[in-house]
Amino acid sequence: MDNDVAEPGVVTVRLNQKSPIPLDAELSVAAGEILALVGPSGSGKTTTLRTIAGLYRPNGGRVMCNGSVWFDSESDIWVPARQRRVGMVLQSYALFPHLSAVENVMEALSDSPAEARRAEAAALLSRMHLDGLADRRPASLSGGQQQRVAVARALARRPEVLLLDEPFSAVDRVTRRRLRAELVELRRELPMPVILVTHDLDDVVRLADRMCVMHAGRILQAGTVEDVMARPDSATVAELLDLEGDHVSATASRN
Amino acid sequence: MDWEALWLTLRLGGLTVLVLIPLAIAVGRWLAVTTFRGKAVTEAALALPLVLPPTVLGFYLLVAFGSGSWFGQTFQALFGHSLVFTFEGLLVASVIVNIPFAVQPIQRAFEAIAPDLRDAAATCGLSWWRMIWRIELPLAWPGILTGAVLTFAHTLGEFGVVLMVGGSIPGETKTVAIAIYDRVQAFDDGAAAKMSALLLAISLVAIALSYLLTQRIGRRHG
Repeated sequence: MDNDVAEPGVVTVRLNQKSPIPLDAELSVAAGEILALVGPSGSGKTTTLRTIAGLYRPNGGRVMCNGSVWFDSESDIWVPARQRRVGMVLQSYALFPHLSAVENVMEALSDSPAEARRAEAAALLSRMHLDGLADRRPASLSGGQQQRVAVARALARRPEVLLLDEPFSAVDRVTRRRLRAELVELRRELPMPVILVTHDLDDVVRLADRMCVMHAGRILQAGTVEDVMARPDSATVAELLDLEGDHVSATASRN
Repeated sequence: MDWEALWLTLRLGGLTVLVLIPLAIAVGRWLAVTTFRGKAVTEAALALPLVLPPTVLGFYLLVAFGSGSWFGQTFQALFGHSLVFTFEGLLVASVIVNIPFAVQPIQRAFEAIAPDLRDAAATCGLSWWRMIWRIELPLAWPGILTGAVLTFAHTLGEFGVVLMVGGSIPGETKTVAIAIYDRVQAFDDGAAAKMSALLLAISLVAIALSYLLTQRIGRRHG
């Protein structure tokens, strides 16, 4: 992984700081690829995501996306969040409560005239299976519907990178399974790199191509999902992934 | 019924709201989203008019408006007259007295906006002004309305500061509250009763209206 080469469609991140929260991580995601960040709370996965979005500025590091530098502590470059083309689905969805579903999506479509924006927002909502709900306010939508509006709003930004922070944590198990299936469908059409923060290994197995296991601000292991799940390279990783002890020793002896 | 005093009082209340609310929105939002050393002291200073006797506040304002202070001198140099015993002086005093009534509900309203929504606004690419205009002001609106109504209603009833700074000049600084006091002093209980009832009615309607609107907005956002 080389952070200093600009590759089209790729997002690369390097973080290093000692305080206030220690971070030492480096990762890169290609266009069309889904990377899952896995780890316990406080492991730095959400902070990594917020750094890419421009919502958190670490003391040291570098973020590049699609060939442009968004953050570089050495040359003091910092592109504010609102100027980064980022689609972000926050854990709480953070829909604007006083705006209807379609207006929420329209806010992320900045420059065109209102009518064009409304049509485009309606198309995005329909793509997320929300036909007929465009004029509803978030409070009158179910958790699953709110999540879909949040995804539609993130895509409306025409993002160069899509960031999903625990996107299924606020819904029940049945809804979670359905939303995940929808995202599996959707991901085939997504041309940008996607980073998914989750603590649920089912999400990782079904959605992600690669995964990074994070702990205390560091990446303990990175690789394809199959590799990491089958061959955790330390007891800590196996523990974090909640893999059975015999399973680990079995794969270890097999290799 | 002293119609002149009533008109002056309503004008004072309206102008106080017009001058104070934009300032209170700026200060209230700033206090809601920033932490800094001395924030508690700043908030305490802004809340002072709540606990100070109106006569104490009136006394300091009188001193500040007088020709002995730089503020008084500057105003005199700019406008050719003093602020003491004028409607403008009354307005400045009224704005200062009402700071906590306007700032506190507005600050609470901005504090109640989930920080996630500001993050979402930023990642949606909203400019700072658009975020304020489209997201924060509509969500803080019930608090802003409460601040405006409290300011207006409180201005109608303010007595001590008005008496200290404004005196009781008909058409210039004589508000209804002062007029009521005057009538009672003159044993004209009938006129005092009428004006008191009117003031009570206006205050009740203003407060009820703000509760009603706040509830309706709350339901719409719920």
